[in-house]
Amino acid sequence: MKAYDQLIFEICKEGRTAYSLPNCDLCNGEMSEFIPNAFLRVHEVELPEVSEVDVIRHYTNLSNLNYGVDTGFYPLGSCTMKYNPKINEDVASIKGLTDIHPYQPEETVQGALEMMYNLGNMLSEISGMDKTTLQPAAGAHGELTGLMIIKAYHESRGDVKRKKIIVPDSAHGTNPATAAVAGFEIVEIQSDKNGAVDIDALKAVLNDEIAGLMLTNPSTLGLFEKNIKWIADLVHEAGGLLYYDGANMNAIMGKVRPGDMGFDVMHYNLHKTFSTPHGGGGPGSGPIGVKEHLVKFLPVPVIDKKEDQYLLNYDRPDTIGKIKGFYGNYGIMLRAYAYILTMGSEGIKEVSEIAVLNANYMMNKLKEHYYLPINQVCKHEFVLGGVGGVLLEVSTLDVAKRLLDYGYHPPTIYFPLIVNEALMIEPTETESLETIDGFIETMIKIAKEAKEDPQILKSAPHNTPVKRIDEARAARNLIVKWEK
Amino acid sequence: MHRYIPNTEVDKKLMLDSMGAKSIEDLFEDVPKELRLNRALNLGTALSETDLTKHMHALANKNKSMNEGVSFLGAGAYDHYIPAIIKHIASRSEFFTAYTPYQPEISQGTLRVIFEYQTMISNLTGMDVANASMYDGPTACVEAGMMACANTRRKSVVVSKTVHPEVRKVMHTYMKFRDIEVIEVDMADGVTDIEKLKSVVEKNTAGVIVQNPNFFGIIEDLTEVEKITHENKGMLITYVDPISLGILKAPGELGADIVVGEGQSLGNGLNFGGPYLGFMATKSKLARKMPGRIVGQSVDVDRKRAFVLTLQAREQHIRRFKATSNICSNQGLNALMATIYLTTMGKKGLKEVAQRCVQKSHYACNEITKSGKFKPLFNQPFFKEFVVTSDMDSENVNKNLLKNGIFGGYELGKDYPELENGIMFAVTEKRTKNEIDKLSSVLEVI
Amino acid sequence: MKIIQGLYYSKDHEWVKVEGDKAYIGITEYAQHALGEIVYVEVPEVDDELNVADVFGVVESVKAASDSYMPVSGKVIEINEELEDAPQLLNEKPYESWILAVALSDRSELDHLMDDKGYEAFCKSESH
Repeated sequence: MKAYDQLIFEICKEGRTAYSLPNCDLCNGEMSEFIPNAFLRVHEVELPEVSEVDVIRHYTNLSNLNYGVDTGFYPLGSCTMKYNPKINEDVASIKGLTDIHPYQPEETVQGALEMMYNLGNMLSEISGMDKTTLQPAAGAHGELTGLMIIKAYHESRGDVKRKKIIVPDSAHGTNPATAAVAGFEIVEIQSDKNGAVDIDALKAVLNDEIAGLMLTNPSTLGLFEKNIKWIADLVHEAGGLLYYDGANMNAIMGKVRPGDMGFDVMHYNLHKTFSTPHGGGGPGSGPIGVKEHLVKFLPVPVIDKKEDQYLLNYDRPDTIGKIKGFYGNYGIMLRAYAYILTMGSEGIKEVSEIAVLNANYMMNKLKEHYYLPINQVCKHEFVLGGVGGVLLEVSTLDVAKRLLDYGYHPPTIYFPLIVNEALMIEPTETESLETIDGFIETMIKIAKEAKEDPQILKSAPHNTPVKRIDEARAARNLIVKWEK
Repeated sequence: MHRYIPNTEVDKKLMLDSMGAKSIEDLFEDVPKELRLNRALNLGTALSETDLTKHMHALANKNKSMNEGVSFLGAGAYDHYIPAIIKHIASRSEFFTAYTPYQPEISQGTLRVIFEYQTMISNLTGMDVANASMYDGPTACVEAGMMACANTRRKSVVVSKTVHPEVRKVMHTYMKFRDIEVIEVDMADGVTDIEKLKSVVEKNTAGVIVQNPNFFGIIEDLTEVEKITHENKGMLITYVDPISLGILKAPGELGADIVVGEGQSLGNGLNFGGPYLGFMATKSKLARKMPGRIVGQSVDVDRKRAFVLTLQAREQHIRRFKATSNICSNQGLNALMATIYLTTMGKKGLKEVAQRCVQKSHYACNEITKSGKFKPLFNQPFFKEFVVTSDMDSENVNKNLLKNGIFGGYELGKDYPELENGIMFAVTEKRTKNEIDKLSSVLEVI
Repeated sequence: MKIIQGLYYSKDHEWVKVEGDKAYIGITEYAQHALGEIVYVEVPEVDDELNVADVFGVVESVKAASDSYMPVSGKVIEINEELEDAPQLLNEKPYESWILAVALSDRSELDHLMDDKGYEAFCKSESH
């Protein structure tokens, strides 16, 4: 196939059009009759002029430069790149579900509200929390909402000294960033040699200024925090609350629940655990679940049921307020709802069981060829520390780029920060043994190449649409829009 | 065995054997026994495709969708024409099943789309640089407020009461937690009260936020607002309707420092309020202060043009608690739809859409207010929405309209008690003369 | 690794070059190497009064961003504008590319900084 290197602006021709507006029955009057001239633009906006065929060909060609889950294996740790079922796309585009305006009268959107009400309850069942809000648009947005609730909780008790959030050094970057946006100071604690929370380090920082602890479990190393109950008790005894980062929920569904571990508030990533497509960066959806004592702080509106009617309840005096326009990413909720119904109780549990089985299988096969910093049973993902040994000239970046040549999306690299040369691998449950074996073989082959022909890794990728990109140049000499 | 999970019993056994485990339970031995869930989840049994589809249609039937009537509802979410090709391109799974473009060599499709999107948003707003999109209009506006605070090192923002109520609500929530003061400025005849604005903007004001066309659809004169803001070294943030920019002066021309808005109108469906996309654009010198993803142009090792996420040192995964924002995602798929919309409509189409909104909404306003039963509430130039009032309760008016198959306007009393009987109608290019005539005739007989 | 005689060094890997009452401040070879390809330098404004340990700017590379702390106190009298267009000078010639110059307000603060020998030993201990 021919290489494609056009931008839409480069295939324009004056006078071409691709649009079809409704027939004009009221197109009378110059703009200046309605709007003062001073407000009107003089020049037309610089936008493309192309025909419909141009549009379709251009974007089809661009799509061919991409790699999605439908293209191949995508073991991107922490991102849960599982298969996105097609039926979910179909049901989420049923006109009666999508063509509804957020301000329609409640009695005309009962189906939408019922779905949201049910989805909230299903998520609560999976997590062991008491109530869910679906409003946050993404995981980081959920974190922010959760921390606002923690702050509101302490303030409602007159406990205004609590201005600090504890974050382990293994945490996702969003955790500390979110705590700062929510107006907290951050206290970072180091992990112990097994990547777990260091109980002594935790005890040392707990006091009456701590608002809470943010934790991912399994941790970003893919390891279950065995002391979780102890940690929860310590934080609670010190008057703090526990926030659960739900990025790694795919490991534990039907097996153990954050609510039972002692967490007070958490977010879900519908775009990870519940199979909604990532869309090249979004939209996501990051609902949060809370325990009973935090329910009154949830953002408005809360979806309630009164007799047989569903309603948007704004009458909540202790609410933190609104955190997004309207009610959340409803289109994403529809897909996640369809997914849970499709899996059922047994299927949801099987998801986590197989995700964990796949990860452990891979870890065991790869640990002889790559450095495995912590050798114990993992959950849905595991972290390798690069090719290791004496081959310091080959970096994790080189391994990742070489994987591109073999047709794989690389794992997450250089995260978590506490492992040097980290490669974070998450196979998910939707990959077959053959796919996984194929990836393992390739990884072993690359480890061998690293010893025998490191240059082929360092100059990789070789057969992608573009090769390694000069990132420094992009940042120094900023070109962020097309100009003639 | 579920169809999305390919492991057969034989596969499972082989895998377990290879690591010396007896059962999958062995792999959960690290979960303390007392914490384990010792019962099945209560989510029901798995539905087949057929049953799922039936169930979802049953839910749909409990809604009354806009297809089942004629809509004059707007207030931040609009029923504009969506070209058919958008869904065909957006449903290419190379786009929608991809992650954020962290591996640029195999993500040039997404990166190029975002680069085009940034270009179109920059051109539309008259600014130098746009990011790859935010969650939605209200959160984009809040991020702009926080950006102004960070950049001016001040802790107060001023917001006009003619800004969308949802935007102001979200603003209050966020800023409360950051100890940033939010001062609302009253309005006079539906526009920002300039005298009142003057009295509150001072040396501690990080930014002044105005909407244009404002919440009531009115095109505000920003000359004085710009002057007052910049005299006090604050930043002017405008919240705009992208469709209106087909004919209205670009905010960049009016002196805006940061431009934000709700991008739903650009080819994205109503979807009961989301997912939408917020756009944000600013001047070059503020590019490094902007939150969110940004795509830049560079070259690969063969000097071939290539695109890559840039200025990443601003972001949470590097800066952690010092990041300008905690945002991690962008609304990639929605931005793709917006890009295809702007491409499809192009230079001429966007202008025509905007013109028809003006022509049709003015026709509607004249028809509705002709008899005097409904009066225009403000005497100001407007774009595609206008407010009328009467001595009738607006909820009651809308109920009557709905009986006649019409989704009426937005009831202003909810957010502005002083405008109790006010109803705001939105008239997009999709509405026909017949539909508008029906609206005015039903209103006439209520 | 290059360390130059006659400069003062801080534990945050900045160097200070004193000329009369004026002090030029930059980052060391060690710092630029640790950061990688530098793409942007955020600087304070002329006339800003900065105290020792205040953040005076941010040095950004492709993959990292590092706050820079004042090794001494003083009022900013000059900014190296060359770095705006060519931040890579910090990689290429770290000891010639000063970031800002201040009017020293307390010369005794220099006593708390290291000389080249002291800094060399410090870097060795850091990399262990």
